Amino acid sequence: MSRVIMGIETSCDETGVGLVRLSENDAADATATGPRVELLADEVASSVELHARYGGVVPEVASRAHLEAMAPTARRALATAGLTLSDVDAIAVTAGPGLAGALLVGVAAAKAYAAALDVPLYGVNHLAGHVAVDTLEHGPLPRPCLALLVSGGHTQLLRVDDVASKITELGSTVDDAAGEAYDKVARIVGLPYPGGPPIDKAAREGDPEAIAFPRGMTGPRDAPFDFSFSGLKTAVARWIEAAERNGESIPVPDVCASFQEAVADVLTMKAVAAAREYGIGTMVISGGVAANSRLSALARERCEAAGIELRVPRPRLCTDNGAMIAALGAHVVAADLPASPLDFSGTPALPVSTVTVR
Amino acid sequence: MLLLALDTSTPAVTAGLVALDETSGAVDVLAERVTINPRAHGELLTPHLKDAASTAGVALSDLDAVVCGIGPGPFTGLRAGMVTAASLAHALDIPAYPVCSLDAIAAEAGTGTPLLVATDARRREVYWARYAADGTREAGPAVSPPADIDIGGARVVGQAGAMLTDTANEPSYPTTNGLARAAASSVMARGEPEPLTPLYLRRPDAAEPGERKRVTEVSR
Repeated sequence: MSRVIMGIETSCDETGVGLVRLSENDAADATATGPRVELLADEVASSVELHARYGGVVPEVASRAHLEAMAPTARRALATAGLTLSDVDAIAVTAGPGLAGALLVGVAAAKAYAAALDVPLYGVNHLAGHVAVDTLEHGPLPRPCLALLVSGGHTQLLRVDDVASKITELGSTVDDAAGEAYDKVARIVGLPYPGGPPIDKAAREGDPEAIAFPRGMTGPRDAPFDFSFSGLKTAVARWIEAAERNGESIPVPDVCASFQEAVADVLTMKAVAAAREYGIGTMVISGGVAANSRLSALARERCEAAGIELRVPRPRLCTDNGAMIAALGAHVVAADLPASPLDFSGTPALPVSTVTVR
Repeated sequence: MLLLALDTSTPAVTAGLVALDETSGAVDVLAERVTINPRAHGELLTPHLKDAASTAGVALSDLDAVVCGIGPGPFTGLRAGMVTAASLAHALDIPAYPVCSLDAIAAEAGTGTPLLVATDARRREVYWARYAADGTREAGPAVSPPADIDIGGARVVGQAGAMLTDTANEPSYPTTNGLARAAASSVMARGEPEPLTPLYLRRPDAAEPGERKRVTEVSR
């Protein structure tokens, strides 16, 4: 028996609809450690270009775009998968964390689809979705595994005992998210929004050791698995302003490479330390910043040295999308967990420990 | 024809089932669920429409069309109704007909005297439209401070009527009956519905960033 799960994601500026097929494991297959989940469609409509001139996501602009894109994106996903809505057996939707007005659009749509199709609805956690998406590419997750989520809105270290039901936050950023620091630094050095790709590109021509930018929250009395990127951003601004005062030209590639090195260094150092501390042998890195070339290279190097298996989904799956929500929904369905009631609301600060809203 | 009417453009979360007589255009409300709560549109609309359908003794798969108020109204709540209507229409493969929510209030109020319909636009402004005695909309929908609106001799209705006049202002909100009446002619024409485009009437609040702020003092 197999079931089709439709996932809907509207927590920030991407309207995502994904479709996955959940297949029962062959009982004779003793090596199976989790359900088999196959990607059928992954359609995303992004409003990122509408936000570029504001230097960040404008919630009302994102919400308006979600309303326009919702049904067309769902139609595209079904067409890509060669399915109709009558083939859909369950709906999963991001219930949080995210922007309140943006979440509402996806949640309201998901409720309507579930009611009209008379199928169960699962309000699920966006952060857990970033972990679950890896099973589409690399198969079932070992239990436990460690997840490092890095994006424009989130920077988290998670212990994942069961992606459908048991996730514990080990640490998170105390101020800016890693991706947010990229956006702010891009603005400081005059690169476009979003800042991740242009900084990554500029950094390739620069020297990562040119400038010794600070590694936030790495002191002996700091929380070992929390992050801080606000001070790093300010350090970059101070360095640039000092250079400008002295009439020097700004070596943008060196600034980018040195900034990027500081981010990747802290993220991978703390992630590997957490894996060691908890005796965890597998690390998943996901979220939009996982596409960063220096972060993945340094993570590969340090995981290999520490004997940790590293799993990074392909970039298309790392950024926000509906497939990750469908994948998480499939794991929740496979675990036979109860559906969400139809009167739940999106929760902007949904804790990662709440994988499914009840 | 069996219609589902939805509106979330005001604090009223409204869902109702309607039988529309295709020849006479007569509207018969079979069931209606309404909660007045400006913060619960996303939570309550689908439970309300399911309750209304079950009270009316119909399955959602029996619906022939959805009628949806498209505002004007506060943005977040408004979108809850509109995305619900669009998703139901997709899932049930039926048309969704847009109705200006102020037209629905006017249709509920009835004809015979000129009307001015006003609902709360927050920020001390109102969404409004003016209707002739025969129900034709003559001005609006628009958003203005109350002082800028000329009531003329119109009867003022709608939840924000109290911001314009001391007299009674029922009906306050779009009703199932009003939504169905305002949509009846389009529904009966069975044409391709107009797109479900919200009447925001205001641009998003967003300012483009200015010069980057310095983090160090400029030495003199």
